[in-house]
Amino acid sequence: MMDILNIFLTDSFWAASLRIASPLIFGVLGALLCERAGVLNLGIEGIFVVGAMTGWMAVWMGAGLWTGVLVAALSGALFGLFHAILTVPLGLSQHVSGLGITLFATSLASFTYRTALPQVSSPPRIEPFRALDIPVLSELPFLGPVLFQQTALTWLALLMVGVVWWVMDRTALGVAIKAVGDSPDAVNAQGLSVMKLRIGAVVAGSALMALGGAFLTMSAFDAFFFGMVNGRGWICIALVIFASWRPGKALLGALLFGMFDALQVRLQTEAGALVPGQVFLMMPYILSIIALVVVARKAEYPRALLVPWRKGQR
Amino acid sequence: MDKAPILSLRGLTKRFGPVLAADHIDLDLGRGEVLALLGENGAGKTTLMNMLFGQYLPDAGSVHLWDEAGRERELPQGQPQAAIDARIGMVHQHFTLAENLSVLDSVLLGTEPFWRPFRNRRPAREKLLELMESSGLRVPLEARIGDLSVGERQRVEILKALYRDVRVLVLDEPTAVLTPQEAESLFAAVRGMVDDGLSVIFISHKLREVLAFSDRIAVLRHGKKAGEMATSEADAEIIIRMMVGEDHSAPERVAGKPGEVVLRLSGVSVAPGKEMRPLREVGFTLRSGEIIGIAGVSGNGQTALARLLSGLIQPQSGTVEVAGQPRKLTPKTALRAGIGRIPEDRHQDGVVGDLSVAENLVLERLDAPDVSKAGFLRQRAIAEHARELCRDYDVRGPGIEAEAKLLSGGNIQKLILARVLENAPQIILANQPTRGLDFRAAAEVSRRLLEARARGAGVILISEDLDEVLSLADRIFVMHDGHLRETTSRDRAEIGYMMAGQTGPGAAA
Repeated sequence: MMDILNIFLTDSFWAASLRIASPLIFGVLGALLCERAGVLNLGIEGIFVVGAMTGWMAVWMGAGLWTGVLVAALSGALFGLFHAILTVPLGLSQHVSGLGITLFATSLASFTYRTALPQVSSPPRIEPFRALDIPVLSELPFLGPVLFQQTALTWLALLMVGVVWWVMDRTALGVAIKAVGDSPDAVNAQGLSVMKLRIGAVVAGSALMALGGAFLTMSAFDAFFFGMVNGRGWICIALVIFASWRPGKALLGALLFGMFDALQVRLQTEAGALVPGQVFLMMPYILSIIALVVVARKAEYPRALLVPWRKGQR
Repeated sequence: MDKAPILSLRGLTKRFGPVLAADHIDLDLGRGEVLALLGENGAGKTTLMNMLFGQYLPDAGSVHLWDEAGRERELPQGQPQAAIDARIGMVHQHFTLAENLSVLDSVLLGTEPFWRPFRNRRPAREKLLELMESSGLRVPLEARIGDLSVGERQRVEILKALYRDVRVLVLDEPTAVLTPQEAESLFAAVRGMVDDGLSVIFISHKLREVLAFSDRIAVLRHGKKAGEMATSEADAEIIIRMMVGEDHSAPERVAGKPGEVVLRLSGVSVAPGKEMRPLREVGFTLRSGEIIGIAGVSGNGQTALARLLSGLIQPQSGTVEVAGQPRKLTPKTALRAGIGRIPEDRHQDGVVGDLSVAENLVLERLDAPDVSKAGFLRQRAIAEHARELCRDYDVRGPGIEAEAKLLSGGNIQKLILARVLENAPQIILANQPTRGLDFRAAAEVSRRLLEARARGAGVILISEDLDEVLSLADRIFVMHDGHLRETTSRDRAEIGYMMAGQTGPGAAA
């Protein structure tokens, strides 16, 4: 038992939690933006795959790492635009369109990868983002390894929490996005364009989601392989409810999940002899469901979420 | 018109398929004038306003505006932004407010540039505070819209328009959800602004308000302007004749003979639920052959009472006796006990929109022998039954096989009346039965309720329209914050204060 408690005292556990949380932070923020504007984006899982693939491939083909990040964001934005056009001006079912985007994006990413690399058996590697080695700070006991030996993309994720929070809470644009997810009629009556706001939010949100995918191939690992996203997108859809659509809580939710995941790996080595490893693998998901049940029952959904809006109709 | 012109609609025409929704309508508005726009549902009021606001493109006609210096110009058509830029504002009957914003943000929405990292809300806040001071429309600035009462939300809607310095303000049914006192203070505030030069187009069904508040009245009927007159020369009878196109009198209540008690509630409490306020120790008796009116602003427990009597929820404490027997009401036993229900939200709870008119008419008695046999619907009998009821109750629409959602609100209500009254229920629960209906449809509903009463039914009439309660009810109760109190008063002001939870004008504002 003491061994288990000791896990929480190691810096490697907390560093791993933050690392595992990073792609989720991007994903939750992206889902948050879309849903605040009233559009559920179930394309997230596929957009993760696309971001992972295009970011990695850009670098593999010789682009710089940050260019790869940009390529990932743009390809995510493109799929976001596709989803937005289907669901906002055309008013199609957000569930159906989103799942379609996920299937399409996942397959297209795999297809492109196979076409570009028909004969590889082991995935080619790139030189990923390295841990930032900030002088002095990274030497700090405990805090150093946890915070200051992460990669630049983890820092970007944390920075985006602040950016999204600032936009949503402190700018007129954020007010309008929140309003369009609650009452598009109110936005229209004030002379703003419901369509532009919603499309913009979905495109920007999807770009963030793709960064979550890019984190996997360009920071957490150094290659692209099939199935690597492994449901992280879906976890983000649950986490955004857990977060009550607030950036700060989104960070908290992603970190909690990261902790559960980091914990289960360590528990497997501690107690693997007693309990089958699969039980630990399930743990983060089960705990997420429990957290969701506790929180989401009281969640106040954006009132216009899932509701298409057409001009001149009630 | 003796005032300087500010707005003129000339020959506005809009056709939807075969329907001429607006037929060469001319309308003039003077500076500092209140023009009341009257007409039944479907007369063309909304179409006209939608053309003014650029929501619809007119097939013919034009809108002209005069600026401060008296120069005339034509308003570009089909552009909402043009109407906003021309400082025309509208307060819709159904509020257009995002509930998750603060009052200040709701007002500022659309007035600030998006791409600024910092907002400076101080000048806006000061301007808004000044506006609240001068107009008398006060709302806490940082409150969330979702936490405001409907009266407060209405004030926010008007402030939204005023903040943009509107010169013309359109008020669409502004008092539908207000207490009489709230309506009075609204009119006082608007009157003050009109004296300062604001021009108002006021759309309403309530003749009393129109006569008290407007300077001039224009009446629309079937897409045409049926008449126009100075309010000082108008009275209710002339206006109704213009609206309806014939002589028409509201049904009159004659003295009734209340019989034995058909329903008794004592000490009934209900816990609050989703979108439902609680009931606190509510008790009343209902006799056959009488109408009891329950006045009050929506959201004070009416929903809980209606759900309770429909059998949808159970009381926490207290007893419900039907015809002298204590009963536990479920939707099924409520129907069997002879409780006919006219629900508040007729589109949502009154009909199944995707089912046909005929099917909706037998919805509450699907296992009756004339409706189904051995589990199979008797389609021919159902159709015959529907034809008969539609004739008797004057339900008009695309036919009995059409989906019920295609009917207008008034015809849906007649369909529900037909379904309920056909069974000659002993108890009728009518929740906001005339809300949103035009004069003729409302009068028809009232007539049917009075007929049921004459036949010996006990009617519970829950209504926000105090005039309706006063004209139909034998006894009047007022519902406020879950409490139900009987009053012998028939004084509008006194009942109005009870609706606001006060005993008199001296009590807290």
